[in-house]
Amino acid sequence: MMQALTSEAAPIFAALGDETRLHLVARLCGGGPLSIVQLADGAAVSRQAVTKHLHALEQAGLAHSNRIGRERIWELKTDRLAEAQRYLDRISQDWDAALARLKAFVEKPEQ
Amino acid sequence: MATSTDRIDKKILLHAPRERVWRALSDSKQFGTWFGARFDQPFIAGTAITGKFVPTAVDAEVAKSQQKFEGTPFSISIDRIEPISLFSFRWHPYAVDPGVDYSKEPTTLVVFELEEVSGGTMLKVTESGFDNVPLERRAKAFASHSGGWSDQLNMIGKYLALAA
Repeated sequence: MMQALTSEAAPIFAALGDETRLHLVARLCGGGPLSIVQLADGAAVSRQAVTKHLHALEQAGLAHSNRIGRERIWELKTDRLAEAQRYLDRISQDWDAALARLKAFVEKPEQ
Repeated sequence: MATSTDRIDKKILLHAPRERVWRALSDSKQFGTWFGARFDQPFIAGTAITGKFVPTAVDAEVAKSQQKFEGTPFSISIDRIEPISLFSFRWHPYAVDPGVDYSKEPTTLVVFELEEVSGGTMLKVTESGFDNVPLERRAKAFASHSGGWSDQLNMIGKYLALAA
């Protein structure tokens, strides 16, 4: 389990272990989704280098892009399926709590 | 249809006669007492009624955590009432944000099934149809709660934006 987690997490930390890429994550977080032109604007490196770093983030599953018109727009990838599962887990917990209250309610003498 | 993200299945043994459990489910006043809601009308199959969240009268600690939702109205459509074995309704799951209009969104179906067993009543509860709820809604429902990788990533980003 731990090993599986570590092997999953390693590429993520590797991808974040670079100043330019961390800067891109910060930009996408604060103002995403953004085009490469927008992301390269103000970056210390060339547009080509930004593109390369974005692909590194994409490979680690941290970012993804969509083509809109002639532009490629980048955004941080939130794991929606995992979040959907989290949502269900939460509602499931609420049911457990509600049914425990129902149990207490029906198992005591009726008023 | 039976994907792992579409439904919740619960089963609980209640040490009470089936008639007792049936009243606790099908009588809107009794339902509200343990669930933590107030309904102004009875449950009648085929009708839609409005309830309001109120702290449960059964558990003081839970009542405290429910206080933030107090007074938030929600709508439920009664589906089937089949004494004393099945009660079902449709509602909008986790519709606790007063700032959101849930009325146009897909509902989930909640089904209670009662079975007499030795020692009491076996109650089966299923809630299904979550796959119809927009992923966006599901992902955002608990955004204020911590956890999840994307939250962490956002925090890193915010921290870096501050430091820049």
